[in-house]
Amino acid sequence: MEHFALWLAAFLTLGIISFLYKDNAWYKLTESIFIGLSAGYWMVSLFWDNFYGKFWVNKSESPYLYVGAVLGLLMLLRLVPRIGWISRWPLSFIVGATSGLWLINYFSSNIMKQIEATILPLFSAQFGSGFDAGAAAIIGNLVIVTGTFSGLVYFFFSKEHKGAFGRTAKLGIWIIMITFGASFGYTVMSRMSLFIGRIDFLLSDWLGMIL
Amino acid sequence: MSTRAKEILVIIMIVVFSLVFYFRKIAGGKEIIFSNLVAWVLIALLVLSLGLILILTIKGSLIGRRVVFIYVGIVLALPLFMPFTQKITISPEVRSLYEAVEKLPPGSKVLVSFDYDPPSAPELQPMGESFIRLCFQRDFKVIIMGLWPQGPQQANIAIDKILEDPEMQARNLRYGEDYVNLGYQAGNEFVIQRMGSSFKSMFPSDYRGIPYDSMPLVRNIRNFSNIDFSFNLSAGFPGSVEWVQIAVDRYGVELGLGNTAVQAPQMYTYLNSGQVVGLLGGMNGGAEFELLCDYKGKATKFMLSQSFSHMVIIAFIIIGNVAYFLGGRKSALKDK
Repeated sequence: MEHFALWLAAFLTLGIISFLYKDNAWYKLTESIFIGLSAGYWMVSLFWDNFYGKFWVNKSESPYLYVGAVLGLLMLLRLVPRIGWISRWPLSFIVGATSGLWLINYFSSNIMKQIEATILPLFSAQFGSGFDAGAAAIIGNLVIVTGTFSGLVYFFFSKEHKGAFGRTAKLGIWIIMITFGASFGYTVMSRMSLFIGRIDFLLSDWLGMIL
Repeated sequence: MSTRAKEILVIIMIVVFSLVFYFRKIAGGKEIIFSNLVAWVLIALLVLSLGLILILTIKGSLIGRRVVFIYVGIVLALPLFMPFTQKITISPEVRSLYEAVEKLPPGSKVLVSFDYDPPSAPELQPMGESFIRLCFQRDFKVIIMGLWPQGPQQANIAIDKILEDPEMQARNLRYGEDYVNLGYQAGNEFVIQRMGSSFKSMFPSDYRGIPYDSMPLVRNIRNFSNIDFSFNLSAGFPGSVEWVQIAVDRYGVELGLGNTAVQAPQMYTYLNSGQVVGLLGGMNGGAEFELLCDYKGKATKFMLSQSFSHMVIIAFIIIGNVAYFLGGRKSALKDK
């Protein structure tokens, strides 16, 4: 069984890689198996963990669970055209609850904390402590402050981008492009890592050429 | 020979090659490692061939995309056979995570959330292994959970591998006392939200079905206030962003992150603002952490392949730009 599993995994891995040559039947078969398995896995996993697990195995006495279950059932009414409009009730609950929660989370974590982290003393490690920061820290602080300011200026469209304002906006777009470049570099690294993972499987687990 | 015949020939060659090496493995064949000389000769051949491609490009003969794919495949695979290791420099974000863990006293309770699935394992699994290994070495109590269904399974794979080590076996680690795997819980960020008031409400039983209260390690853990440190391994949603926004900013948890390289740039803002204590970004971050932990895992092993592939990609970017600008100049000359 172990041999069969290894060969099957290798067959599917090579099938996906074969797309680099051209779109072909082997790739299509592998892709279809992957999509079907993923969908099946999620359905089975959510059913056993969420539904069976919470209503049978670890039966909760919390009434909120049953409120959630009723809302979930109402969602399924979308399948009945005549009363499908009822499915909008749980949907509106989800939209409202999620936006309410996220509004607070994002405002606190991604706005307030980030603004706080951008207001930096340029030449010192702490506010009011003099010129005690190292060269790297000073340069880093200057880059953060200048980059944030010029990036914001670029997105200010109520004034024409001319003169000093235009030059600041130009610096802003450079900063944004460098950020995209760094992000793209990391993405390449990530994709390479995944490919290394599969090559390691083929050469190590499957063929035993490396440890 | 027709294209179809060539394709069939390549498939037959792959099958024969695979069978030969597979039976060699079954027969107990050893791993293949190149000598220094062979490795350097291969590197020289690669560099020379890239130079040749550049010259051909300048002369106006362009290569196909499949050549790029073949080169990337070769430079990812070859370093795995080479006897070299890459020099790794520790970045401040990795060091700060390590130092934050080092400061914890023995017996500290560490929560590790495995929020990824097998496709992201090449990047995140080495981080998980080295982090849990470090926790065991420091006598911390490890509580594992997952917001992704396959996360706790990845954790089990990591723990099984760690426990193969005789040093770890000698510690006689016991499930339920030294570590537990609480398993997966559906609900995304709302699971973290509920854990802020009660762990037990989200995990009434563990991965194996053992009731929460019957495990000595977690019996007295009510919520985040009983956790000394948290580490999140994330490949997307739900993951690091949600842990920062809810666990850190709402419940004051001390958090370290291990992310896929795609996600890492987004996390640097949280690092800079002090919301997280440290960050392992991609395979590179994993390799740096392994170095700090004095453990040579897969991230260290793969770094040479990673660097070789980056160099080849940079070379092809240069070649592509040469082709683009020369092509532009030629078409401009034609227009004149």
